[in-house]
Amino acid sequence: MIISVASGKGGTGKTLVATSLALSIADEGVQILDCDVEEPNAHLLLNPNFESSEPVEVLVPQVDDDKCNYCGKCSEVCVYHSIAVMKERVLLFPELCHGCGACSYLCPEKAITEVGRQIGVVESGHANGIDFVHGKINVGEAMVPPVIRKVKDKINSKSIAIIDVPPGTSCPVVEAVRGSDYCILVTEPTPFGKNDLELAVQVMKQMNIPCGVIINRAGSNDKSVEGYCARENIPVLMKILLSTDIAKLYSKGIPLVDGMPEYRQVFRHLYDDIKKAVAVEKSR
Amino acid sequence: MKIAVSATGQDIEANVDPRFGRAQYFLIVDTETMQAEAVSNDNAMGGGGVGIASAQLVANKGAEVVLTGNCGPNAFSALAQVGVQVIIGVSGKIKDAVEAYKAGKYQAAPQANVAEHSGSPQGGGTQAMNQQMGGGMGRGGGRGMGGGGGRGRGMGR
Repeated sequence: MIISVASGKGGTGKTLVATSLALSIADEGVQILDCDVEEPNAHLLLNPNFESSEPVEVLVPQVDDDKCNYCGKCSEVCVYHSIAVMKERVLLFPELCHGCGACSYLCPEKAITEVGRQIGVVESGHANGIDFVHGKINVGEAMVPPVIRKVKDKINSKSIAIIDVPPGTSCPVVEAVRGSDYCILVTEPTPFGKNDLELAVQVMKQMNIPCGVIINRAGSNDKSVEGYCARENIPVLMKILLSTDIAKLYSKGIPLVDGMPEYRQVFRHLYDDIKKAVAVEKSR
Repeated sequence: MKIAVSATGQDIEANVDPRFGRAQYFLIVDTETMQAEAVSNDNAMGGGGVGIASAQLVANKGAEVVLTGNCGPNAFSALAQVGVQVIIGVSGKIKDAVEAYKAGKYQAAPQANVAEHSGSPQGGGTQAMNQQMGGGMGRGGGRGMGGGGGRGRGMGR
């Protein structure tokens, strides 16, 4: 089973939820995959021993000057303008290249070959009986989805895969949640939290992924998130109260369920609820 | 010699467009005859990489010099690699700008003066802003710590 933890708004507690859930059900065989590759942080709480590191590459064009006749077909077909033909010179802007291969495929002179360019790494290891995988994109690189795909290649279908999704609702989020059996949307009881939750719910609906909401830092008078969930018939799976103790643990890198073990049971129940929801969904 | 000027209109009475990549037009002006050819810039509304595409357009029109308001790093690098001189900080009427160039009043820029996406709508750099402040903001992609530890996020790709 694949459970992703996403949010819309950043900083609502995705990693708190993903790591707590993973540690609480570790005995069932769990994998955690941190797909927030621009800013992975699950390792700060889980302290894994990394056993392997693999490069992530994207394909970029390489031009054979002896074969090129500067016809300009490559630059004409490149929608990202990562290849330009100017005054009998071919200029490459590899950081803009999406690796679609159109330039090499359509080059009439067969002057373009595709070569790998490293944009990040995928590191894997173990932490407290959990299989740990995360991706790290190189600073300055923009092509996040290829790194996420490489992280997700490590999904072991025999274990419960928990995906820590990047914030937002753009391509990296779609790439990270794709194929999930269930998505937990973590939010907070604020106007920002509600606004971005609504956007995230729309993404999940579009992708046909069942979802439920966790309200973190709950307990304020703002009931707009709960009102929205009730109207839209989205289950509120859990509320985590606003607590200085939780914040203190988090700031020290101590997992919530280690510092406050009573939460283990809460997260086990969460898993049971999700399992039921997925079973209901599958029987439809 | 031919020089390319980013333009808001199609003749030399028009103003210099402060943006290079997303200029509405390019005027290719012959400095001897002051004859101008207007080229509509199809890249003005494009997604990313428009600076490169615009650089390609003016270079392939035979321009040896570019006069514009602001120029980003990719466009600048593309032009520099094929030996096209870039002069930034130019504003006002195109006719006056070309005359000023001919009188030797401008110096070539050593490097780009604005970040990528400065001229794009997402960049937040309006034309007026670019003109007055010499550059708009780059495209937001950062995630600052927000209230309650929130991470905001800009446009995705």
